Amino acid sequence: MISRRSLASAVLLAAAALGLGGVADTAAQEKKTIRVVLHAPLRITDPIITTAYIIRNHGYMIYDTLFAMDANQKIQPQMVEKWEASADKLTWTFTLRDGLKWHDGKPVTADDAIPSIERWAKRDSMGQALAASTKEWKKIDDKTFQLVLKEPFGFVLESIGKPSSNVPFIMPKDVASAPADKAIADHAAERWHIGSGPFKFARAEFQPGVRTVYEKNTDYVPRKEPASWMAGGKVVKVDRVEFINVGDPQTTVNALIKGEIDFYEQPPFDFLPQLKKAASEGVVVRDHNKLGNGSWLRINWLQPPFNNVKIRQAVLAAIAQEDYLAVQIGDADFYRVCASFFPCGSTLESSVGAPNFAKPDLEKAKQLLKEGGYKGETIVILHPTDLKALTPLGPVTAQTLRKIGMNVDLQAMDWATVISRRAKKDPPAQGGWHILHTFWVNADILNPINNAGINASGDGAWFGWPKDDQIETLRKSFAKETDPAKQKQLVDTLTKRAFEVGLYAPIGQFQWPYAYRTSLSGVLDGPAPVFWNVEKK
Amino acid sequence: MARFLVLRLLAAIPVMGVVALLVFVLVRLDKGKAAAQLAGDSASPDIIARINAQLGLDRPLWEQFAGWILELLQGDLGRSIQSKIPVATLIGDRLEPTLSLAATTLLFSVVLAVPMGVIAAWQQGRWTDRLIMIFSVIGFSVPVFVLGYVLILVFPASLGWFHVQGFRSIFESVGGFFGRITLPTLALSVIYIALVARITRAAMLEALAQDYIRTAYAKGATTKSVLIHHALRNAAVPIVSVIGIGLVLLIGGVVVTETVFNIPGIGRLTVEAILGADYPIIQGVLLVFSAVYVFINLLIDVLYTLLDPRIRY
Repeated sequence: MISRRSLASAVLLAAAALGLGGVADTAAQEKKTIRVVLHAPLRITDPIITTAYIIRNHGYMIYDTLFAMDANQKIQPQMVEKWEASADKLTWTFTLRDGLKWHDGKPVTADDAIPSIERWAKRDSMGQALAASTKEWKKIDDKTFQLVLKEPFGFVLESIGKPSSNVPFIMPKDVASAPADKAIADHAAERWHIGSGPFKFARAEFQPGVRTVYEKNTDYVPRKEPASWMAGGKVVKVDRVEFINVGDPQTTVNALIKGEIDFYEQPPFDFLPQLKKAASEGVVVRDHNKLGNGSWLRINWLQPPFNNVKIRQAVLAAIAQEDYLAVQIGDADFYRVCASFFPCGSTLESSVGAPNFAKPDLEKAKQLLKEGGYKGETIVILHPTDLKALTPLGPVTAQTLRKIGMNVDLQAMDWATVISRRAKKDPPAQGGWHILHTFWVNADILNPINNAGINASGDGAWFGWPKDDQIETLRKSFAKETDPAKQKQLVDTLTKRAFEVGLYAPIGQFQWPYAYRTSLSGVLDGPAPVFWNVEKK
Repeated sequence: MARFLVLRLLAAIPVMGVVALLVFVLVRLDKGKAAAQLAGDSASPDIIARINAQLGLDRPLWEQFAGWILELLQGDLGRSIQSKIPVATLIGDRLEPTLSLAATTLLFSVVLAVPMGVIAAWQQGRWTDRLIMIFSVIGFSVPVFVLGYVLILVFPASLGWFHVQGFRSIFESVGGFFGRITLPTLALSVIYIALVARITRAAMLEALAQDYIRTAYAKGATTKSVLIHHALRNAAVPIVSVIGIGLVLLIGGVVVTETVFNIPGIGRLTVEAILGADYPIIQGVLLVFSAVYVFINLLIDVLYTLLDPRIRY
């Protein structure tokens, strides 16, 4: 007869064996699935109403674009077969390529492309600039449509082929007819997930904040050119991609090392040494976005003392970018000092009139404070404590301002509170702010039109609401200019003016490498992680 | 007993009502948050105001509350502001992982802690008792997340046993389920075992000091029989009480454990909803939690009557 003790032992041993054996339980099933941990969970699924990068990343999986940027930062046709511009550059004709289908099998037509672009243009800064010069979009036939401008616009293709938020994704017309401030999930409850991209959205498996599943779109007809950044042939080489939300970075790192996940988009910088050591366990750490990212110290022009240009100049004069980069990134292989509003290393890099961000002049900063009549006002800094890339920046600014004699209130809060408060124009004591920090993927701040921070139109500007007519004139001139040499001259003039008025402070440029398993090959360079071209052994 | 149950259930209604009101008011103190999340980088005050109007957040609080109560009475917990998915669906999807973790933790903890407490009381003053009490102190002191990381380091990272993270339903794969639930269960159990073992020991010591225990020994009962059939049965009421109260600790600890081990349960849903200012989810989850507490307390009270025939309502 079996004793109770023996039975209990047997049960425990069986459970342990099952548990230990469970490690291999899905190895066979997961062969063609890439398990990805991105920087945030996906909940909102409309890449037009928000610029959040997680939604952009989702968009690239299921949608396609008329044009796309390649690794040389040149705009290439994607959904478009051919295009031409009239001699006066006022009429642009586009023809869609053959074989484009929605995920429900219906063909993609001009009737889908036009409302998609029009909706995007209402939200995006480059789209708004394009729309201001647009007379109309008109359909010629099912595959052909035209953009008719009322005045020259130097960035037509750069606008409708922009690689990062808001990306001008093409959606079915019944989805794209949603008002620009209404989520497509509200507007088209049954079809909001339909795209024409290389992956299909597995709606039945979608668990917001937990897991998003994409399956290979076997009907997708990729271009013949090799994949290059967001352009070229989008050939899918796996069956599924899963975006998994893992809330804890240490757990994600451990899971990557043990092979439970395949790809980690933004490993915190203090984990990079551990990940690099895990090379022997099949982990690679590699930068795939040479353009990098740029961090900003954004000043609120509306609130005293920063309504005074001397005070703004004082802050810029005191900044040492190395201080920010050292605490934010740590590893000098992944950052550089960059005294430009546009990415260093890009064609529009310009540091004309920049303060010396490598060697700040604190005495000059103090002098500027005095000239500006600084009366000891307490500077409120919004300090998010739950965003790994931004959390280190607030204390550096607080310390910098205190060094030049300013009083500082560094207010800790979560990111949701930051984005709620940053929209307020009230005085800081009533819920407003003086300074906040943010960072952008450099593909989003390439030029004076798509760089939201350069907009100095006051009320229509990005948070901080700077107002400078000279900058706005230069921006409008840039938008119309088609000669690259003249564009650069305009950028130099604009940069000088922007530093003069203390528009905001660039506080460094950095790369953020991916960490992924060596079982993955074909991971593309680019400003956003994409999963076509990626194979899994 | 039936009358008692009905009265208790009726008494739960005002309790739930107060909870509902408090939760509702607290989460909506900053009504711009949810709209700002949706508006993103275009979040001008005008756009936020428009989104607030679309979401109905610009109406007076009492009107919003009345609307919500009306929906609740129809069984509708509302929809997530961000994903537009019904809150009931979101909670339903996340229930299994949390219940699985709570159940395995409860079972494992009670199966270990009660015998530990009994042995500690029986061996009072000896090294066994001291070891168990040291474990109990350590169990209270070590944070769940620290224990979680250590377990990950020792087992999957070093030995290659068990999974680092994730959840798989037992109905999909028994091996997959245990492969993922074992470490989180161990991490969460420690504090629970510490608590239950201590209380069991204290209750047992009190019971063992009673005259009927001496009588039982005098009548020739074995130690085992005295401990289990006499002392433990009489010590059961406080032990069951602390198991019930400990469930509160469990649910709190579940949030941390779910984060460390990436278990997509209700704890994480709550945290993410708070960080994302998704009011309907926060309201729905807190209401569900309060209903669970009310139910657990009722269950404990009913269990008392089974354990102690002297207790009658």
